Amino acid sequence: MSMMLAIASREFKTLFLSPLAWTVLAVLQLILAYVFLTQVETFIAIQPKLAGIENGPGLTDIVVPPLFGNAGIILLLVTPLLTMRLICEERRNKTLALLLSAPVSSTDIIIGKYLGMLGLLLLAVLLVTLMPLALLTGGALDFGKLFANLLALALLVSAFTATGLYMSCVASHPVIAAMGTFGLLLLLWILDWTAAMQAQRSELFEYLSILRHFQNLQSGLISSVDLLYFVLFISGFLLLSIRRLENDRLQK
Amino acid sequence: MHLLIEAEHLYRYYGKHCAVNDVSFNLAKGEVLGFLGANGAGKTTTMQMLCGNLSPSAGQIKINGFDLLTQPRPAKQHLGYLPDTPPLYKDLTVEEFLRYCGQLHGIPKNALPQAITYALERCGLNDVAKRLIAHLSKGFQQRVGIAQAILHNPEAIVLDEPTVGLDPLQIREIRALIRELGQDHGVILSTHILSEVQESCTHVQIIHQGQLILNESIAGLNQAMDTGILQVTTRLAPDAQRLLAIPGVTAVEYLAENRLKIHHSLTNNPVQQITETIIAAGWELQELNPVKKSMEDIFIALTEDNTL
Repeated sequence: MSMMLAIASREFKTLFLSPLAWTVLAVLQLILAYVFLTQVETFIAIQPKLAGIENGPGLTDIVVPPLFGNAGIILLLVTPLLTMRLICEERRNKTLALLLSAPVSSTDIIIGKYLGMLGLLLLAVLLVTLMPLALLTGGALDFGKLFANLLALALLVSAFTATGLYMSCVASHPVIAAMGTFGLLLLLWILDWTAAMQAQRSELFEYLSILRHFQNLQSGLISSVDLLYFVLFISGFLLLSIRRLENDRLQK
Repeated sequence: MHLLIEAEHLYRYYGKHCAVNDVSFNLAKGEVLGFLGANGAGKTTTMQMLCGNLSPSAGQIKINGFDLLTQPRPAKQHLGYLPDTPPLYKDLTVEEFLRYCGQLHGIPKNALPQAITYALERCGLNDVAKRLIAHLSKGFQQRVGIAQAILHNPEAIVLDEPTVGLDPLQIREIRALIRELGQDHGVILSTHILSEVQESCTHVQIIHQGQLILNESIAGLNQAMDTGILQVTTRLAPDAQRLLAIPGVTAVEYLAENRLKIHHSLTNNPVQQITETIIAAGWELQELNPVKKSMEDIFIALTEDNTL
């Protein structure tokens, strides 16, 4: 357990040794700040009309879901770039031998790496959450809805990271890992598009779509179906990663 | 005797190719075992199996009495490993890297600074402790690799080609370090440099095409290297008949008027009498050399035998 945490904290700290983590956080913050300001602008423009509607959408509804939705899309692009080197680069640099000959299990290595990387992405999610919280200076927020969005985005990046980690275990080159992760995640993202074709929509595809579950949570409806989907998704990819790493010892 | 590493009937296949074929050996405390072999003979594969980086296709490995397969954690706790490419995180400083290695091996927090200081000192890294590993020369990087392997004070240390790419001075230092480590640990050292084995090992094994073809102590090896020939130079020409009369001498061969080769039996070494005879006869002894087979000769003889 302590070794797992040692791996996690090393991974997290290493990210900040290179400009990578700083760049990712800065770019994410810049783009989302723009999105945030646009949404606030929109709210101010349509506020008089909204006031006339009974039970109409409030500040939180106008600002938060688009902000977190866009954050999800940007993280879909960014996560593969962050996760690609997790295992792949260690294997290429032959530093994996250090972990394999140390008294740590494959589970320790995978979970440690996962937690370290997740730390950075959750930090990004928290930074995004600070923006709507800033509105508290001049207005009120629906905290339930904000929490639902925070949970949705946190689960989303956890799922992205697990996928990226698995791809990094499989691929022989970091770029291939990034492409694989991006392709798989994008496919899961757009699977939901069949829902638009009312006649031929597939229930299976709708269930598999990561976007559908994300949006369900975002709307403030925290149901066990959606939570379970993410839990299964994450643990599935983590288990596959552990198996893949074990396999390294069996055959090379 | 307390065995640190027990390897029994190891096999390793890559597809149909058999890289390691029925290799068994033991390592006890205080031994430095040289693992010799040509490129591709199976040295690195064996090392990787000993250190749990690779599972053997068949066979059993015990480290300090713990089975590597069923009790990997305690087994690896007693093992230090330097792979053929030192596993270094180049964007860390030497000290940060060693701290991470210490954490991985479960060294308690309060014992860690002491362990790091000790390893730094042992490997002569004190001056570069605060520098980034990426900025160190290859020799220093190799030493960081060794420091990593001895940091947690393991009973058994496995070093895969530790002197590759070092300059002669560094090689001498590393060899001295290995001999020193051999006193209170067990060390396995793989190399394809024969003189290295002669200099720093107490035991030697030669692996060829995946099979162990020699397992000897250095003393035994030295004996095998003895050819039973003395080369003698004197100032005045000696008399062959008087030398032949000495018990144990089988033949005398002239190389020049005052230089000769004396063949003698290995069991009854007559060097003492030969010297006495020469001095008594007043031929003025100038040089007396036992002719030895080089390690290279033995190595080539053994490997050729096996391919035939």
